[in-house]
Amino acid sequence: MEKIFQKLSLSSASLVFIILIGIFITLFSAAKPAIDEFGFDFIFNPDWNKEVVIDAPQAAQNTQSDTLEDEIITDEDDVIIEDEDDMIADEDEEDMMLDDEDEALSKTIYGGLVPIVGTLLTTLIALVFALPIAMGIAVFLAEIAPKNISYFVGIAIELLAAIPSIIFGMWGLYYFAPIVADIVGGYQVSLLTAGLVLGVMILPFMAAITRDSMNTTPAVLKESAYALGATKFEVIKDIIFPYSKVGIIGSIILALGRALGETMAVAFLIGSIFVLPEAINDPTISIPVAMANNFGEASGLGESALFYLALILFVISFAVISLAKFYFLKKAK
Amino acid sequence: MRLFINKIFLALSVFSALIGLAFLGWILITLFIKGLGSFHFNLFLNDLIEGGLRNLIIGQFILAGLASLIGIPIGMTAGIYIQEYGRGKYAALIRDLSDIMMSAPSIVIGAFVYAIIVVPTGGTSGYAGAIALAIMMIPVVINTTDNMLSLVPRELREAGIALGASKYRVILDIVIKAAKVGIMTGILLAFARIIGETAPLLFTSETSNYFSLNLSESFPSLTVSIYDLANEPEESSRDLAWAASFILTVMVLIINLTGRFITRNKK
Amino acid sequence: MAVMKIKKFSFTYPGVDHPSLKNITLPIEQNKITALIGPSGCGKSTLLRSMNRIHDLYPGNKYDGKIELLDLETGKYNNILEIKKENEFIKLRQQVGMIFQKPTPFPMSIFDNVAYGLRIAGIKNRSELQDRVETALKGSALWKEVHDRLDRSAMGLSGGQQQRLCIARAVAVKPEVLLFDEPTSALDPISTGAIEELIVELKKDVSIAIVTHNMQQASRISDYTAFMYLGDLIEYDKTENIFLNPKEQQTEDYITGRFG
Repeated sequence: MEKIFQKLSLSSASLVFIILIGIFITLFSAAKPAIDEFGFDFIFNPDWNKEVVIDAPQAAQNTQSDTLEDEIITDEDDVIIEDEDDMIADEDEEDMMLDDEDEALSKTIYGGLVPIVGTLLTTLIALVFALPIAMGIAVFLAEIAPKNISYFVGIAIELLAAIPSIIFGMWGLYYFAPIVADIVGGYQVSLLTAGLVLGVMILPFMAAITRDSMNTTPAVLKESAYALGATKFEVIKDIIFPYSKVGIIGSIILALGRALGETMAVAFLIGSIFVLPEAINDPTISIPVAMANNFGEASGLGESALFYLALILFVISFAVISLAKFYFLKKAK
Repeated sequence: MRLFINKIFLALSVFSALIGLAFLGWILITLFIKGLGSFHFNLFLNDLIEGGLRNLIIGQFILAGLASLIGIPIGMTAGIYIQEYGRGKYAALIRDLSDIMMSAPSIVIGAFVYAIIVVPTGGTSGYAGAIALAIMMIPVVINTTDNMLSLVPRELREAGIALGASKYRVILDIVIKAAKVGIMTGILLAFARIIGETAPLLFTSETSNYFSLNLSESFPSLTVSIYDLANEPEESSRDLAWAASFILTVMVLIINLTGRFITRNKK
Repeated sequence: MAVMKIKKFSFTYPGVDHPSLKNITLPIEQNKITALIGPSGCGKSTLLRSMNRIHDLYPGNKYDGKIELLDLETGKYNNILEIKKENEFIKLRQQVGMIFQKPTPFPMSIFDNVAYGLRIAGIKNRSELQDRVETALKGSALWKEVHDRLDRSAMGLSGGQQQRLCIARAVAVKPEVLLFDEPTSALDPISTGAIEELIVELKKDVSIAIVTHNMQQASRISDYTAFMYLGDLIEYDKTENIFLNPKEQQTEDYITGRFG
C-alpha cells in the first residue's frame, strides 16, 4: 500500500514534467511544416497569409513587396485585401486547393513579425502604464494605510485580480477605449487601448505581489530608520526599496510574463489585423489573439504557422517566467 | 523640505491606490448597470438558442467540475510527492516546472490540447475543454498543496510514525488534515480561476447554443459564448453578453470570497 | 534487566564526515527511568531518536554497532538496526513509543487522537477502543478534564493537556519503551510538574528513556543517568551517583554548572 501510494504520487508529479515536455514537442511538431518552410525568417517577415507567385515574376514581386513595405499607404492597402481573405474562410480554403493544384506557380507565405511586435508592444505599454500605479498601491498597502484599510483595500485589489480577463476586454472595448480614443484620437481598437486595458488587468496582480515583496522587510530595520528621524518617504526609499529590490523586480517580470500570454483582454481591443502599427493608436495583432481568432479557420500551412507562433510565445514566456521565479524571486527569499 | 517631499510622495501613493480602486469600481459598476439591466430570471431557465444562458452556465460548471475531478487528485498527489516523498533534484525540478506552468499562456495550453485531443478525435469536445482546464488547474493545486504541507510541523509527522503508522497513512490521516483548510482555500481559488477562463476553451470545447450533457461533442461554455456574443453587431446579443459577464463575475467573486472566508474563520 | 542494550553504537548523519555518536554502550533498564543529559549538541537527542529509528524518515544515515530490543513475548533480543522491512518498522515503533518536545496533537478529536495508534494497529471494535482510550486517558491523568468532551478537537486543549494527550496516545498502544525528547521544555512549571509526576507513575508499566536539558528534572525523576558530551558517552550510573559522586571530571563540571 505504501509503495502503491508512493508510486502514484511520483507519477502525478512526473505528469507535470510530461505535460510540459509534451507541450513543447507537440507545438514543435505541429509547427514543423512552417519551420521547414520559413525558418527563422518567419520572425522577421511581416506578411501573413500572402500569395506569392513562384514563377519568373516572383522575383520581381518579391522585391516589389519589399520596397512597398516601407510605404505606409500601399502597405495598408495590402492589409485590407488580406483581411478580407481572413474573414471569408471559404475563399481561404479555395486558395488552399488552388495552391495544391498549381503549386509550382504560387504559394502562401506566413511571417510572424506583426503578431510578435504586437505582443511585445502591448506588453510594454501595459507595463509602462501599470508599473507606477502598482508601485504606488503596493507602497500604500504595505506602509501607509492603517491595518484595517490596508486589509480591505488589499482584498479589493486581489478581487480585481480574480475577475475573468474577458470582462476586462469587454469593459475596455465598450467603455474605456472610446474615452481613450477621444483623448488621443485614432481608432478605438488599437495598440494603445489594448495595452492600457492589459495594464489595468495586470495592475492588481503586480500590486499584490509587489506588496508581498515589500512586506518581507524586517520591522526592526524600518524601526531603526524611524528611530533616527527618517520620514516615511526616506524609509521607503532608503530601506524598503533597497531591501526588497530583487523581489520587486521579480514581481514585475512575473506580471510581464502574465501580460505576454494574455488573450481575452487584448482580443477585444487590438483590432486583429496583420499589419505593423505605424502609430501607437493603430490597430494590429498579438500572438495570442492571432491564435484565438484564426485557429478555427486555419488549416495546412496556416495552422502550422499559428503553432509556430504558439511555440515562440511559449518559449518567450517560459524564459521570462523562469527568469522572474528562479533568478529574482529565489534570490529574494 | 524633507517633510514636503514626504507629503508629496505619500499623496502620490494614496492617489495611485485610489486610481486602482477607481478602476475596480468602474468595472464593477459597469458590470452591474449593464449586467443587471439585461438580467432576467428567465436567463436561468432558457438555453442560449432561446435567448437564455441556462445551458452555458451549466456547461461551464460541468467543464470546470470535470477539470477539478482530474486536476485536484493529480495536483494533490503531485504536491504530496514534492513535499513528502521527493528528495533532491527531481522534486525541486518538478516544483520549478509546475511554477512555470502556472504562468504559462492559457491559449498555448488550448493549442496543445487541440493538437493532442481535438485533432485525433476529429472535433471539439467537452472532454478536450475539461482537460485543457485541468492542465491549467494542476500547477495551482500542486503549489497550494506543497506550500500548505510545508507549514505542517515536522514533529507531527514524526509523532505519527512513532505510533507505528506507515508514511502514507500519516500523510493522509494527519498531515493532509492539518493542512486541510489551506488546501481547500487554494483549490477554491484555483476553481474560481478556471471557471472564468476563455482562451483554453476557444478551440477545445468551443461552445454550443443548445443544452448538452454529451461531453464528446462541442460543449456549451459561458465564457466562449460571451466572446462570441460580445462581437455580434446586434445590441441584444451584447446585452446578453453583459448579463452573462455579470453572472460569471458574481460566481467567480463568490467562490473566491468563500475561499478567503474559510481561511479567515479557521485562523 | 535491560529492555534495550545499546552496544558500540555509532551514528553518522548524511553528508557529514564525522559520526555524531561514537561507540556508545548503554543499557535501558526495564521499568526504570533513564535520563540522557549533556550540553546541546552532545548527541543525546540523536541517540534517543535512534532507539525507534525515527531518523529513517530522512534517508542516508549510517548506523554502526547494535541496538538490541527485548521482545517481551519471546524473551529474545533483536537488533533493531537490522530492520529493513516496512512492517518490521511499524512493529518497532509500536514497541518503542515517543513523546516530542512540542505537543503534537493530531488535527482530530481527543478520542480519535488516542484511538489513532490503536486503529492503526488494527483494533476496530468500538467498545474495545473506548475502553482502551479511557484507560489511557486515566493513566495520563487527563480523563477527569476531558471525559465530557472527547469528540472536541484536540487543538483546543492547553499546552500541558496536549502533552498529556500525546502521552496517553503513546501509552494506549502499550509500548515496552517510551522515549521522551525534552517533553516539558515547551511547558509552564505547573504543567511540567504534572508531566513529571505522570512519567514517574508510568514506569510501573513501561521502561522510559528521557532526554532533558534540565538537570534538576533528571535528578528528580530518573533512576539512571547517562552524561554525554560531543557524541561520546562520558559516564553512566545510578542517578544519585552521577549527581552526588561523579567519577569523571567532565561530568562534575557539567553538573556543577561550570559549562553547558
